[in-house]
Amino acid sequence: MISPPAPSAATRITRPKGPLVIAIEDVVKLYQMGAETIHALRGVSLQIHRNEYLAIMGPSGSGKSTLMNMLGCLDTPTSGRYEFTGRNVAAMVDDELAAIRNREIGFVFQTFNLLPRADALRNVELPLVYAGMPAAERRVRAIRALTDVGLGNRIHHKPNELSGGQRQRVAVARALVNHPSIILADEPTGNLDSQTGAEIMALFDELYERGNTIIVVTHEEDIARHARRIVRLHDGLIASDAAA
Amino acid sequence: MTRVVYELNESVRIAFEQIRAHKMRSILTALGVIIGIVAVTLMGMAIAGINTSFESSLAVLGDDILYVQKWPWQPPDDWWDYANRQPIRPELARNLNRIIESTPNSELMIAVPMLARSATVKVGENSVNGISMFGTTGDYGMLLTDDFREGRLFTETESDAARPVCVVGSDVADALYPGRSAIDQMVEVKGHRFRVIGVLARQGDFLGIFSLDDQMIIPLGAFEKYFGGRNSGNAEIQVKIKDKTRLEQAKEELIGDMRRVRGEKPGERDSFSINEQQAFKEQLDPIKKGIALAGLFVTGLALFVGAIGIMNITFVSVKERTKEIGTRKALGARRRSILLQFLVESVSVSLIGGLAGIGLASALAFAIKIAMPALPVESSPALLVIGLLVSAGTGVAAGFAPAWGASRLDPVVALRYE
Repeated sequence: MISPPAPSAATRITRPKGPLVIAIEDVVKLYQMGAETIHALRGVSLQIHRNEYLAIMGPSGSGKSTLMNMLGCLDTPTSGRYEFTGRNVAAMVDDELAAIRNREIGFVFQTFNLLPRADALRNVELPLVYAGMPAAERRVRAIRALTDVGLGNRIHHKPNELSGGQRQRVAVARALVNHPSIILADEPTGNLDSQTGAEIMALFDELYERGNTIIVVTHEEDIARHARRIVRLHDGLIASDAAA
Repeated sequence: MTRVVYELNESVRIAFEQIRAHKMRSILTALGVIIGIVAVTLMGMAIAGINTSFESSLAVLGDDILYVQKWPWQPPDDWWDYANRQPIRPELARNLNRIIESTPNSELMIAVPMLARSATVKVGENSVNGISMFGTTGDYGMLLTDDFREGRLFTETESDAARPVCVVGSDVADALYPGRSAIDQMVEVKGHRFRVIGVLARQGDFLGIFSLDDQMIIPLGAFEKYFGGRNSGNAEIQVKIKDKTRLEQAKEELIGDMRRVRGEKPGERDSFSINEQQAFKEQLDPIKKGIALAGLFVTGLALFVGAIGIMNITFVSVKERTKEIGTRKALGARRRSILLQFLVESVSVSLIGGLAGIGLASALAFAIKIAMPALPVESSPALLVIGLLVSAGTGVAAGFAPAWGASRLDPVVALRYE
C-alpha cells in the first residue's frame, strides 16, 4: 500500500492549546466473557483539547476499540472519570449519552454506515432529525455540509450510486453537519484504496486546519502520521503519548 | 415536542421505504391482517344485521300491544302455580272493552281476542303444512301493523256470524294460487272450506327461522265452531295502548282491569300474565350477546394469527437492520426514536392490511346483500372505522415487543453486528 504523503514537520504550525474537551482519568473497562473477565482498559488517563489532531494506535486487543467507544460516548467506563466539556459522562444514562453523541460527536466509520435507501442529502440530515431541527433548516445545513466535502453536485445520489471515496465523504459531511466538538473516525480509510484513502486524509487535514478537533483510530502508521499527536495503546494501557 | 413530529415523519418515510423494498414479504404479512380484519368486520356486520332484523321483527309484533296470556314469556320458576291458572277465554275481551270504554282517560284503546293453532291448508291436491291459523274479530284491523296486498279483513258482522271467510299471508296465497289472485278462491282446512277475502302484504322472514307470511286469519266464531273444543281455552287477548311512551301506566291499568274482571281480592295473586315485546327482547338479549361474543372470539383468532405474522416480520426487520440501529444510535437516536421507528413500521403494514380488509369486507357485504338478501349483513361507517382502529391497535400490539428490543440495543454491540 502506497502511503499518502504526510505534511512535513516544517509546514506545521504549532498552536496554543484550546479549551479542554475530553478529560478521562484512570478509566477501567471490564468485560465479562463467560466465566472470564476481560480487562479491556486497565487505567487510562487522557486529555484532549479543542483543535487537536489525535491518532489512537495499537494492535488488536490493545483496548483501542474500547477506548474509541468510550470517547464516542457509546459506552461508559466500569470505573474512573470521564468528563466531556465538563459534563460527567460516566454517570449518564442511555438517552443522555444519545444527546451528547448527537450534538458533540461526529462519527466516521470504516464501513461508512450510510442508510442504503436514502440519498446523500437525507443521510446527512439524519443527525439533525434527531436534534429536532425543522426540515427547511436541515436541508440548508446538509447541502452546505455536502458542498464542504466537495459533493454539492451529488446530493440526490444514493450510496450505491457513489464511489467508496464519495460515500466516505457523505459520512464526513454527516459527521460535520451538527457542528460537533470532536470528529471521531474509526479506520476511515480501511475500506478504501490508497489513492482514495489519501484524499480522505487530505480532507481530514483540511478540516483540522479549519479548526475542527479530530480523533482518528487506526493501526496504520501512514494514517497516524497525519495527526499532530499519537497515543499508542498496549494491553489496555497507554504505552506512549507524543507529538507526531 | 416538535422533535417527535420530525422523528415520526422520518419513521413514516423509513417504514414506506422498507415496505417498498420488501414488497412480497409485506404483502404476505398484510394478508394475515386482511384475513383477520375481513373475518372480524364481516362478523360485526352480521351482528349488526341480526340486531336490525330482531328490531324489525319485533316491530311486527307491535311495540304498542300488551298480551294477556296464561303464561309469562319468561319461563317461570314455579310453573305449577301457573299451570293451575284458569284459562284465558276469548269472552274476556268483551268484558275488558266494556271497562275500557267506561274508564275516563283510559291508556288502553281496545282488547282483541286471539285463538291460535297450526293447520294445513289445501286447495285440491296442493297443500301447505304448518301454517299458523288465528281466530279473531273484526277489531283485529286496529292492531294490524301490515298492509293488505289485496282484499280486506272480515267485518264485525262477518266475524259475529262466523262466516267461513279468511285472510291469508302472502306465502300461503302464492303457494296455493301461484301467479294469480287468490281473492274469492276457496281453501280447505280439515274439510272446512273458506273463501279468501284478503291477502296480507309480504313481511319477510325472521333470520330464515320462521316466516311471518304463512298465516291464515279467520273469524273467531268460525274458529270456535270448526276447531274449538280444547283450543278455545288457549286464547290470548291483545290490547292496543294509546301511547307507547306510557307503557307502564297502561300495563298497570290493564292489570287492574283484569283483576276486576276476574274478581280477584286485594292480596291475591294475579291469575294471568301481561306480556309485552320488551320482555321478549330482554330474554333474547343475553342469547344475542352470547352469539356475538362467541363469533367475535372465533374471528378474533384469525386476527391474532395476523398479529403474530406482523410480530415475526418486525423481529426479522430488527435483526436485519441491527447495524443500522447502531448507526442511528451513534448519530443521536434515543430509545424512543428507535421504538417509534419500528412501531410505525408494524402499524403501517397492519393499517394497509386493515384498509384492504375493510374494503374487501364491504365488497363482500355488498355481494352478499345482492346474492342472498335473506342473510342479515349490515355495513356501517362506524364499523369500518372500528375495523381500522382494530388493525392499528393490532400493529402496535404486535410490533411492540420487537420495537422495544430494538430500542434497548447496546450501540456498541449493534455497530459491530454484521
